[in-house]
Amino acid sequence: MEQRMANTWRMTVNEKKFIETALESGLRIDGRRPFDYRKLEIKFGKDEGSVEVHLGQTHVMAFVTAQLVQPYRDRPNDGTLSIFTEFSPMADPSFEPGRPGESAVELGRVIDRGLRESRAVDTESLCILSGKLVWAIRVDLHILDNGGNLIDAANIAALAGLLTFRRPECSLGGENGQEVIIHPPEEREPLHLIVHHLPIAVTFAFFSYESSVVIDPTHHEEAVMGGRMTATLNSNGDVCAIQKAGGEAILQGVIMQCLRIAAAKAGAISDMIKKEVDSYNTKRALLKIKRHSTPMDVDRGASDIGLKQNSSVDQMRVDEFSGHHVQRIKQECEEGIAKQSGDVESETKLSDKTLTNRSNEDTKNFIGGPSSWDPYSVGVDSDSLKASLASQGMPMPIEKQKDSKGEETRTEAKPEDAPENNNPKTSPLREAESAEQANGEKTLKDAVKAKNRKSRRKSHSSSGPS
Amino acid sequence: MEFVSPEDLRLDGRRPTEMRQIRAEIGVVAKADGSAMFEMGNTKVVAAVYGPREVQNRSQQLNANVLVRCEYTMANFSTGDRMRKPKGDRRSTEISLVIRQTMEECILTNLMPWSQIDIFVHVLQADGGTRSACINAATLALADAGIPMRDIVTSCSAGYLNSTPLLDLNYIEDSAGGADVTLGIMPKLDKVTLLQMDAKLSLDTVENVMQLAIEGCKAVADYIREILLENTKQLQYRRGT
Repeated sequence: MEQRMANTWRMTVNEKKFIETALESGLRIDGRRPFDYRKLEIKFGKDEGSVEVHLGQTHVMAFVTAQLVQPYRDRPNDGTLSIFTEFSPMADPSFEPGRPGESAVELGRVIDRGLRESRAVDTESLCILSGKLVWAIRVDLHILDNGGNLIDAANIAALAGLLTFRRPECSLGGENGQEVIIHPPEEREPLHLIVHHLPIAVTFAFFSYESSVVIDPTHHEEAVMGGRMTATLNSNGDVCAIQKAGGEAILQGVIMQCLRIAAAKAGAISDMIKKEVDSYNTKRALLKIKRHSTPMDVDRGASDIGLKQNSSVDQMRVDEFSGHHVQRIKQECEEGIAKQSGDVESETKLSDKTLTNRSNEDTKNFIGGPSSWDPYSVGVDSDSLKASLASQGMPMPIEKQKDSKGEETRTEAKPEDAPENNNPKTSPLREAESAEQANGEKTLKDAVKAKNRKSRRKSHSSSGPS
Repeated sequence: MEFVSPEDLRLDGRRPTEMRQIRAEIGVVAKADGSAMFEMGNTKVVAAVYGPREVQNRSQQLNANVLVRCEYTMANFSTGDRMRKPKGDRRSTEISLVIRQTMEECILTNLMPWSQIDIFVHVLQADGGTRSACINAATLALADAGIPMRDIVTSCSAGYLNSTPLLDLNYIEDSAGGADVTLGIMPKLDKVTLLQMDAKLSLDTVENVMQLAIEGCKAVADYIREILLENTKQLQYRRGT
C-alpha cells in the first residue's frame, strides 16, 4: 500500500518551521511570489512525439507512440488513449523500482482524466475499421527528477507530446477494402492527432489551514504542505478535472478562487506550449522538405536550379545577404559542376573545427552535382517551399547537400549557413553544426540513398554512414 | 438519451436534487474494532476498522502520528459483469489513496503515535457513488471503533446532465459522459476535504454542482449523526445505564 518509509527523505523541523514562517509573510524559499510558476522549458526530441519538460528543477519526459489494436467492444468507433507513468528511482529516493506506487498511479489517472474525460484528443478520428482496427495512442511519462509538482510538468509534457506526435497515414485496400495499408512516412506525410483543446493542470498547495495558498510547490514545499489540489482547465475557462484527494480541508470560497486563478494560469501556459510546438513544427517542415526530395537529374542543369534559387532566395530570411547570395550562388552554379571539391574545400576552410571531417564527408558523398552550396540552406519559409515543391520535384542537390553537411542543416543554423559560405564568419553555430555532424547523425535512409547514387560519384568511398 | 425528462424526473423517478435512499448499520463485522455497512440506493459497501494497534511494519511507523492505511476493494460480483481484478488495479489504488487521505484529515492523528489504523472498505454492490458510500461507511466504522476524530467526514456525488445539476448519480447517469463531482466535507467545520471532478464544465456550473453536492453531504451528515446517536443509546442500554 504505502511506500517504504525507510527511503523517504524527511524534512527537519527547523526547515519546516522556516518555510511555514516565511509563507506567513508571503515569501517562498525560492523567491517566487505565491502564484508564480517556475521557469518552464519544453524541448523536443528526435522522434516525433518525444518531449522533455523542465519546470524549475522538475524534469519529465513524455513519449507518444501508436499501435493498431482492436477497439473495446462497447466503443467500436473510438481509438484509445492510455497514459503510463514511470517514476524512475533516480528522480527521488522514495520511488521504488517496479510496480508504480500510489502517487504514480494518482498522477497517471489525474492526467488521464484531464485528457480523456474532457475529450481533448479526438478518438473517433483514430478509427480505421469500425469494430476491427483502431489506433491506440500510448503516452509514456518518465519522471527523471522530482523537484516538486510532478503533475503539472507531466501534464505539459503529455500535451506537448500529443501535439507533435504524428501517426502514419493508412488507407484501406485489398480485395474487399478490408486490408489496411500503413504508409511509411517517406511515402505519405504522417498525420497529426486531432487535439480539440489543451487541458492544463495547475496545482495548488495549502499550508497551515488556509493561511497560505501557493501555486507550483517545490519538493520542499510539498513536504511541508497540509494539502494539495490540482485543477485541470483549458484556455476557454472550462474546468476539465479537479483532484483534491483529501488533505487539508478548505472552504468552498477558497476553492472557487483557486479555480479562477488557475484559469488565468492555464491560458498563459497554453500559449507557451502552442508557441513551442509551432516553432518545432516549422523547423520540422523545413527538414521535411529536404527529406522529401525526389531524385532530380543532375543534368537538369544549373539554370533550373538558378531559377528556383532566385524564387526561393527572394524569400530568404537572411535578407541582407540575399542579393550578394544570389550572385554568389549563380556563380557557383556555373562553376559548381566543375569545381565540386574545390568549393567544398573552400567551404571547409571557413570552419574552425573538424576540417578534415567535413571535407571527407563532402567528398565521400559527392555526387557530381553542385554541392558546395545548398540552394535551400537559407531559411526559406515553408510556404514558398511548398509552392515550389508543388510546381516541380525537389532538386537533388538539396539532398546531396544534406548528406554532405549532415544533420546540422536541420537546425535553424541553416540561415546562417549561406552567409557563412560567403563570409568567412566563424560562429559557434558553425562549430555546433560540425559537432553535430561529427556525431554521425546519419540515418539508415542516408546510407540507402547514398548507395543509389554510387554510380554518379566521382570518388568511391564507403557508402555507409561515417 | 434523456436523463431528465421534461417533467423534471430522472431515470429512476427522482427529482434532480433528490438523493437516493440511505441506510446504514453499525457493527456488521464482529471481529473488527469498528465496522459499518452503508447503502446509498443500490450501492452497498462494508467498512471495517482495525486499530489503533501496533504497527506491523516497523519501518513504516511514524513517531508523531498514527499510521493510517486504507484498502478499497470491490467484490467480483459487485458490478454487472464479473470483475477480473478486484484489487490492485489502478482505479482501486487511487481510490484507496483518496479515502486514506480523506480520513487522515479527520482523525486526530497526533494522539496515537507509533500506532496504526487499518481501514478496509469492500464494495458489495456498485451502482454509482461507491467512493462516497465508502467514505461514509468508513466514518461510521471509525466512530464505532472509538477512534478520536476532529469531525465526521461525509461524502456525496453530483453531476450535470441535460443542463441540470443532479444529486447522487447512479451508474447509468455516471457513465453517461457528463460531469461527475465527488465531494467530501467535514460538516461542522463546513470545509471541503475531498473534491474530485471529471469531464468538462464551465466555472459557474462547477460552483452550482459543488453547492448541490455540499447540500447532499450535509443531508448524509444528519443521517449519520442519527445513526450514531441511536447506536450510543443501544450501547447505554446494554451497559444498563
